[in-house]
Amino acid sequence: METLMILLAGILVMAATYLLLSKNFIRVIIGTAILSHAVHLLLMVMGGLKAGNVPLLGENAAPYTDALPQALILTAIVISFAVTAFILVLAYRAYKELGTDDLEKLRGVDDE
Amino acid sequence: MLITIIIPFLAALFVPILHKSIFRKLHIGWFVLFVPLVLFMLLARSIPSVSNGRAFVHAFEWIPAYGVNFTIYLDGMSLLFSLLITGIGALVVLYSIFYLSQRESLSHFYVYLLMFMGAMLGLVFSDNVIALYLFWELTSISSFLLIAFWFYRNQSRYGAQKSLLITVSGGIAMLAGFLMLYTMTGSFSIREIASSIHLHANHELFLPALVLILLGAFSKSVQFPFHIWLPDAMEAPTPVSAYLHSATMVKAGLYLVARFTPIFGVEPVWFWTVSIVGLVTLFWGSFSAIRQTDLKALLAYSTISQLGLIMSLLGIGSAVYALDFQPSSLILTSAAFAAFFHLINHSTFKGALFMVIGIIDHTVGTRDVRRLGGLMAMMPLTFTIALIGSFSMAGLPPFNGFLSKEMFFYAMNQVQAFNLFSISTLSALFPILAWIASILTFVYSMIIVFQTFFGRYKPDEFDRPPEEASFGMLIAPAILSILIVGIFFFPNVINRHILQPILLNVYAPLADAMEFDFHISAWHGFNLELFMTLGVVVFGAIVYKLLRHWMKIYGLFPEKWSFDSLYHFILERGEQAARSLTNTYMTGSLRHYFAYIFLFFIAAVGGILIYTGAFSIATNQDAPITVYEWIIAVIMMIAGIAIIFATSRLTAIILNSVLGFSIAGLFVMFRAPDLALTQLVVESVTTALFLLCFYFLPPFKQEEKPARNFQWTHALISISVGLVFIFIALAVNSNPMFDTIAHFFENADELTGSSNIVNAILGDFRAFDTMLEVVVLFLAGIGVYTLVKLKKGREEQNIEDQ
Repeated sequence: METLMILLAGILVMAATYLLLSKNFIRVIIGTAILSHAVHLLLMVMGGLKAGNVPLLGENAAPYTDALPQALILTAIVISFAVTAFILVLAYRAYKELGTDDLEKLRGVDDE
Repeated sequence: MLITIIIPFLAALFVPILHKSIFRKLHIGWFVLFVPLVLFMLLARSIPSVSNGRAFVHAFEWIPAYGVNFTIYLDGMSLLFSLLITGIGALVVLYSIFYLSQRESLSHFYVYLLMFMGAMLGLVFSDNVIALYLFWELTSISSFLLIAFWFYRNQSRYGAQKSLLITVSGGIAMLAGFLMLYTMTGSFSIREIASSIHLHANHELFLPALVLILLGAFSKSVQFPFHIWLPDAMEAPTPVSAYLHSATMVKAGLYLVARFTPIFGVEPVWFWTVSIVGLVTLFWGSFSAIRQTDLKALLAYSTISQLGLIMSLLGIGSAVYALDFQPSSLILTSAAFAAFFHLINHSTFKGALFMVIGIIDHTVGTRDVRRLGGLMAMMPLTFTIALIGSFSMAGLPPFNGFLSKEMFFYAMNQVQAFNLFSISTLSALFPILAWIASILTFVYSMIIVFQTFFGRYKPDEFDRPPEEASFGMLIAPAILSILIVGIFFFPNVINRHILQPILLNVYAPLADAMEFDFHISAWHGFNLELFMTLGVVVFGAIVYKLLRHWMKIYGLFPEKWSFDSLYHFILERGEQAARSLTNTYMTGSLRHYFAYIFLFFIAAVGGILIYTGAFSIATNQDAPITVYEWIIAVIMMIAGIAIIFATSRLTAIILNSVLGFSIAGLFVMFRAPDLALTQLVVESVTTALFLLCFYFLPPFKQEEKPARNFQWTHALISISVGLVFIFIALAVNSNPMFDTIAHFFENADELTGSSNIVNAILGDFRAFDTMLEVVVLFLAGIGVYTLVKLKKGREEQNIEDQ
């Protein structure tokens, strides 16, 4: 299970990297979203999978599954959501102002 | 003694405040004048005890773990330099009060000047080389600021930059030399290094350290070929030129050479380098001075030449160390004696001359010798001072320059007589070169006097009619010219109280063995030195008379072969290379920057993985896989790969949501209900946001459709990143280094009253993190809101503007 999940996360990282390297704003944003999915999976795997019960005291008996990665991932999900939302709107604004969503055209000008 | 360093810096703090309040009407210089005056008196009080051979030491810990301390060390040599710094400093400040009008930004000027004064005092008092380096660079910086005082002038900025680049490069070389000394001896203290260096004379770093420290000294003391910055530094206000660029800062290199003679003197390379570079500088400076038409540039080259003279004397003096204190070599200590004597004399006559040039510039508005002439009648007092200064510089009696010039000839003749290191042709060159340079010195000294004050009076060339300078402006140069004459008649006052203790510092091993009983006298009988001086006068007069014919020599050197051109060449090429290098990788393209990051990740992380050989796979601990998990995993893999090839935005967005919702499904299977819930909510909102953008943003362009334009380099990078990621994750998963700490949180119910462990961690154990997370969310919300709303606001603004 762990090995399979690591492979899955690896494939997601590959896809995310490829998307990050593209020219289109939307594809870059999707890339960041996928990258965070991959990292969440990785965190989950590192805590051990299905090693115990749902970490709710009183519902089941011990052993519980590792709750720490879950807490970390919960934070990460929220943060990555905030970031994704922000860049999405940024992309929208950039397109409104500059009329392009091509990152190669958003390179700016030389200082001199 | 520490207080002498601190006072200038403290005073510098008060200058801007006082300038705005009390000294609004009165010249702020009057306040500043107190600082060097008081310090001079404080330091002068220690003359008697220092001349008895005493030295004051005071140590303050700075970074004791590394042996870096502020050790204040006052001996004869520091005392001489500190007296020059404060004494000339006081005169220069007095002069500047009349030179700079109230309209100039005086508070800047005096803050820089006081900063320099403090730094320079710190330099000569520091026994610790790191502290010395710190003050050394501080003098460079204050010099930079003072040269660029009239920063709106192009030439001022150019000169300031040039001086800073050259002196600071030398300073860094010097720092490297200091660190090498530390490696050899394990100490940063000059005295400790000097006492233990003889154990390391064969160390492989000894010679590099010597060369590097000399580089620092030569660049600061404008020795050939680093002399090119001084003429451009003349863009500074004249008081600054008189103070920093003739009397004090440029002598820091001489101080350094004298201080390090006991350390490096045993090595003949030191003798050869210092004395030959000094002689070449002496010759080249005086040779170049004659062709100058700007009087200040002439004085700059003359300063270069005189510093070369002192440098060569210090070099000859160091030969005593190289000859291992053979009794017959002790006569060469007279060279070091002459060096310090001339150092004092140079400060007096060059200071006076700079001030005189400043007066002329101030009065008639030009300092070009071709436009000047016949000023003697109009400015008799200025003329007198100029005459005294120039004749002293030329080495004529009855002025102090005569005494030290004769001693200089004497030392040079000794080199030849001794046939040092048995290279007869070279040592014969010493007195000849010295003599020729002295003739040239005589010539340019005469140019200052005769072409400015005699000759045809050209009133229409002047911006303002000439008149005698104000009394205040004449005080400082007058005091200096009185000193010039006074030292000639009573040289032994200085000799006994100031010069003798310095010789004991330079030749510490001789302190017990012999008495330095040099007696300076004007008349030695008809000896070789006197005839040399007579020859200088006769030949100098001839050269001066036939000057117009000699000038052709200067045409022989093409302009583009000068060191100035080399400096410009290096500077331009350096800038070009830096710009083209930066432009090659700072392209402004996001994908390039991402590529750098990923390539670095592959190289660094993947490299470490291979280097440490940490890779391993262990599947025996793995949990079993159910059918549902297989299905979700395969769906996600397909979606992940398909999203790369998605040709429309809608497909890409939908595939992204597939990934997000599948993750939520995996969370359910991994016993993480909170995560699954959050992921579901977040994914729904994200998909909505993406679709919103889908509505506003344009479709993928044809040429961007990845199916047609699959980027193999990008694919290679992403596959490598993915593989490194997989290998690292597998390796980490196979080698658990420590147990989980999750059991701590299983007391959540007792500790926090929450039966949901994840909630307890977020809301209680790591509540602060969660709070910051909320802040991030809040900030992102503000960002989204403003980005959406901003446009409207700006449009309204535009309407208002119209």
